[in-house]
Amino acid sequence: MRLTQGQFSFLPDLSDEQITAQIAYGLKQGWALNVEYTDDPHPRNTYWEMWGIPMFDLKDPAGILMEINECRSTYPRHYVRVTAFDSSRGWETPRMSFLVNRPAEEPGFGLIRQETAGRTVSYTVRSYSADRPEGSRYA
Amino acid sequence: MGSSEKILAELADDTPVDLVGVLENSHVFEILDQLDRELIGLKPVKTRIREIAALLLMDRLRKDMNLNAQPPSLHMCFTGNPGTGKTTVAQRMAKILHRLGYVRQGHVVAVTRDDLVGQYIGHTAPKTKEVLKRAMGGVLFIDEAYYLYKPENERDYGAESIEILLQVMENQRDDLVVILAGYKDRMENFFSSNPGMSSRIAHHIDFPDYATEELMEIAEMMMASLNYRFDAASAQVFVEYIRLRMQMPHFANARSIRNAIDRMRLRHANRLFGRRGEPLTRRDLVTIAESDIRASRVFSGKAGVT
Repeated sequence: MRLTQGQFSFLPDLSDEQITAQIAYGLKQGWALNVEYTDDPHPRNTYWEMWGIPMFDLKDPAGILMEINECRSTYPRHYVRVTAFDSSRGWETPRMSFLVNRPAEEPGFGLIRQETAGRTVSYTVRSYSADRPEGSRYA
Repeated sequence: MGSSEKILAELADDTPVDLVGVLENSHVFEILDQLDRELIGLKPVKTRIREIAALLLMDRLRKDMNLNAQPPSLHMCFTGNPGTGKTTVAQRMAKILHRLGYVRQGHVVAVTRDDLVGQYIGHTAPKTKEVLKRAMGGVLFIDEAYYLYKPENERDYGAESIEILLQVMENQRDDLVVILAGYKDRMENFFSSNPGMSSRIAHHIDFPDYATEELMEIAEMMMASLNYRFDAASAQVFVEYIRLRMQMPHFANARSIRNAIDRMRLRHANRLFGRRGEPLTRRDLVTIAESDIRASRVFSGKAGVT
């Protein structure tokens, strides 16, 4: 199952050229970009691991693409995303976020039903990949 | 037959080249002329910049004609005494390369050893990389680059920084241009102990010291930009000042001239301040008088900086 999180996720994977163009847009808006990765793709998992610190004061997308490629080669079977943070007053929030790397095989999510008090059923999803311990998912 | 060969075959050898159009589009002559006007002297520097500009333009024309146009390596090394204009030229270089489409953004990131080398193990690589990332799309100007390498301390982290620099200089040649600057003899020392660095730098440009007349021209330009001027007498005294100042220690070419002008302005202001009550004209406000220069310690023969 193909993970659809963030911008452009219903499109085919972005090429490096397209990623560069998106980053250039973010930089032009004055946003700080950073690279994050995770092997737990649950939609509620908002805290991904950071690949280095956010990159401030950059003028050109080449530096960020360099970090993306380094992150990809270190974690080829993780999800990697680029986030652009807008620090201007009133926003102070990520303005852009899109995946730049995904594992070759994505097992998807299972629906878990839990019977609680009375005949109530509560539902939750669990990523099949998260069944294995951290680090050995997508191995 | 590959597609590029096919196109090459289609273009006859006598296909006209639109040199004029490309020149006009790039506005490179404007910048070169501006360089000629605003930078006094520095003949070898200007010649080399002209050559580089010409090569980049020709490469663009060659590309239009489907000829192989390998982007040249443009890492540079500026050597010269203090105040000879190394930083100024580096700023200009970024603009020229930007106009010619060699760098994408055309900004200059000026750094020294402190910005590149960390204080403990594992600190240097991220620090150097961060600077490199900031400089991408523009020019990285490393002032006094020889401090990066300290042979007397084998545990110095400078070598690590040099290693990362070299790697990026080689692999991402079209992402940034590195300019090293420093005094000539120490730079030569630096290169002899880092042969890898020397061979990756295509252009070694030496900045000559200015002659007295050139320094005078520089002074007049600086004064004009500040809306001051010499009168006939003070201009002559200032030439004399330059001659004396050049003999003294710690002479830093154009930088010394700038400092001298700043001090002259102080004395000029003080002199006008002292004649309270007398009428002042616009001319008094802009004219540096002989006495403003004569008051300098350079004339009293005492070895000081002022």
